[in-house]
Amino acid sequence: MSLIRPYGDTTGDGMVQLSFTLPIAHSKVAEGAAVQLANKMGMDPALVVHAKPMGEGFTFFVVYGRVNHLVDPSTVEVVERDYPLLTPKEANAAIKRSMRRRLVVVGGCIGTDAHTVGIDAILNIKGFAGEKGLEYYRELKVVNLGAQVSVPQLVEAAREEKADAVLVSQVVTQRDAHLLNTREMSAAFREAYPAAKRPLLVVGGPRFDETMAGELGVDRVFTRGTTPGEVASFIVHRLTNRTAS
Amino acid sequence: MALTKKRTSQLGIDKADVRRARTLARQVGKPIVDLATRHTTVSVERATLRLAGLGGADPDGTPWVNRLADAVRADVGLEHGVSLPVWDALLRGEGDDLLTLAQKAAAGSVTFRIPAGRDATRARTASRKAVAAGIKQIDRQRAARERMIAKVGDAPSKPWIYLIVATGDIHEDIPQAQAAAREGADVIAVIRSTGQSLLDFVPEGATREGFAGTYATQENFRLMRAALDETSKELGRYVRLTNYASGLCMPEIATLAGLERLDMMLNDSMYGILFRDINPIRTFVDQRFSRQIHARAGIIINTGEDNYLTTADAVEAAHTVTTSQLLNEYFAKEAGLEDWQLGLGHAFEIDPEVPDSFRLELAHAMLARELFPDAPLKWMPPTRHMTGDIFKGYLLDGFFNLVGAMTGQGILLVGMMTEAVVTPWISDRDLALQNVRYVMNAAGNLHEDFHPSPEGFIASRAREVLGLAVDLMEEIKADRSVAGQPPLLSAIADGTFGLMKRPADKGRGLDGVAKKAADYYNPATEILEGEK
Repeated sequence: MSLIRPYGDTTGDGMVQLSFTLPIAHSKVAEGAAVQLANKMGMDPALVVHAKPMGEGFTFFVVYGRVNHLVDPSTVEVVERDYPLLTPKEANAAIKRSMRRRLVVVGGCIGTDAHTVGIDAILNIKGFAGEKGLEYYRELKVVNLGAQVSVPQLVEAAREEKADAVLVSQVVTQRDAHLLNTREMSAAFREAYPAAKRPLLVVGGPRFDETMAGELGVDRVFTRGTTPGEVASFIVHRLTNRTAS
Repeated sequence: MALTKKRTSQLGIDKADVRRARTLARQVGKPIVDLATRHTTVSVERATLRLAGLGGADPDGTPWVNRLADAVRADVGLEHGVSLPVWDALLRGEGDDLLTLAQKAAAGSVTFRIPAGRDATRARTASRKAVAAGIKQIDRQRAARERMIAKVGDAPSKPWIYLIVATGDIHEDIPQAQAAAREGADVIAVIRSTGQSLLDFVPEGATREGFAGTYATQENFRLMRAALDETSKELGRYVRLTNYASGLCMPEIATLAGLERLDMMLNDSMYGILFRDINPIRTFVDQRFSRQIHARAGIIINTGEDNYLTTADAVEAAHTVTTSQLLNEYFAKEAGLEDWQLGLGHAFEIDPEVPDSFRLELAHAMLARELFPDAPLKWMPPTRHMTGDIFKGYLLDGFFNLVGAMTGQGILLVGMMTEAVVTPWISDRDLALQNVRYVMNAAGNLHEDFHPSPEGFIASRAREVLGLAVDLMEEIKADRSVAGQPPLLSAIADGTFGLMKRPADKGRGLDGVAKKAADYYNPATEILEGEK
């Protein structure tokens, strides 16, 4: 892949837009300070197209300008999907073929997190982004524990239901609660299960970094925009292949 | 002329249908009220102790009301209420005051009993006197609010602009709230720390650590109200303060709100059941008491219908909002709240990709306005379809504001284009307020000219939603899926609302519910109901 730079209206023009607030009352000096910041960020020339006082001693700026940076897509690191996307029908068929029973998924929001929007989008039959949730899959048994489930409760529910996969959603990120909770959760599962019997651990939330699965002790991290079909496909891929091997 | 206009339906709704809807809400709600009056909860009893002036916490942070109520319960059970055994113990000289008694009870050096005969009469009289002092304080705070509004002035126009602060630290919240008020907020809501609804005690003191919000405590209430009083004087308009009377401590938080002059409280009849898995009976008992306090305190409640639309489809579930509004209205009025105190909720949550989404939103909002002409409806901004595309989100918020302007909403929660991205920045708030002001200034009086055709899409849709709400309430009324229970509890148990099934014998806080004995006594309830 070739090197690229931002595109305004002409190839190679490098134009970007930026908005920010400086803690300074609006004046010519304030506008100059905004240009200075933009310059330091690599925008040159930088044009303050809008400056407005906001509250006492604050000014909001919109700046347009040119950057000279080049980006190299070939050096970008991402987690590419390493499993095939299945339709619900294909997923059901794969489970039937290789497990000969329903695959059990236990999900919930752990810690104090009360935001069930993520786990519900993935699990509820209603689904997300036009895809039906996991409850819609005939061969999946879904147990949605809802919000504010403690880690011991989650482990107990996973044991009781003989969970094949455990899905945890974390929306609240204050003080890195999502990372701390996830580590606590994965440690509890490692402690409660022998390695070969441990259910597949999947976490998701808008502020996770997909590359952190290993560090967090889980099998997969899903981030913003993940659809139920992707989660189902991943679970089916990993579990049906594991059973087969 | 304005009066006669108000009484004819713009949407071609038959008055008989509206009467039918309200009758059904009463028929569905009444058995729940009867159930609530037959039970008490630990939180109702603790709220009663708070009214009598017991505050503070032990060195571990457990409030004294919890220590005392738990000790009484261990000795004589909850079913008689705590008032008779507690004031009997005081009269027996077990403690000079409530705090001493609580400390001794916590140490296990008091034995409680249920007094009989003259002892019972004396305990009754003494408890009523102590609790009446707390209710008098609530009355004084209500009068102080009215006096202050008369002196410094009220919010200049409707809708009231409602902004949220949520830093987790009360000492950070205060300057943010004051700044938001200066920028134009008429109402400040301090979001609670995530998870407080599931605590079975109210934390104590000023708090500086919360998750995605700040703990509701009496001291935090007091600090914020005092700061906003200063700002109100500075701005020449009374800035209202909002918090959450929900979760396991709903009655206690309502009481603290009354004592510390909060002005609005989120207080939904079924939210805790459906979204927090709190036991249905616990919720209905706690809710009735908390609403009686709100009625007394002149607090405006905000109900939570917007939440239905964050989990269900906003078109398919539109009638569940109407149904919930009607039930909330019934429960509220039964508890003594008046129309002006009913901030019934609804929200702008239809998928913008749906054809005619704006017309549907307008139809739903007009229906709510017409059904509840004297209630200050609370209009909630889009959240589900705010994707991180802040530019599109800003446009969506503009359309949300336009519906608000056209339908005379009383309370408008200001939508942020950075919803689902960050907690609002100073610039997000300013841009959001510019959006509101532009729309109100440009189209605030549009309702004078805008009359939907009775045969048109909007009026037809509004009538359709009302019809579906009536059907749903008929269905609830006939629900007998759980034998021996009020139909509404059966309906909640079998998943009529949302996809959540919440049986009456499950859920959090059930162990804190008791069926009242024949000699149950609660002076707070007696005063609140006697003088209704």
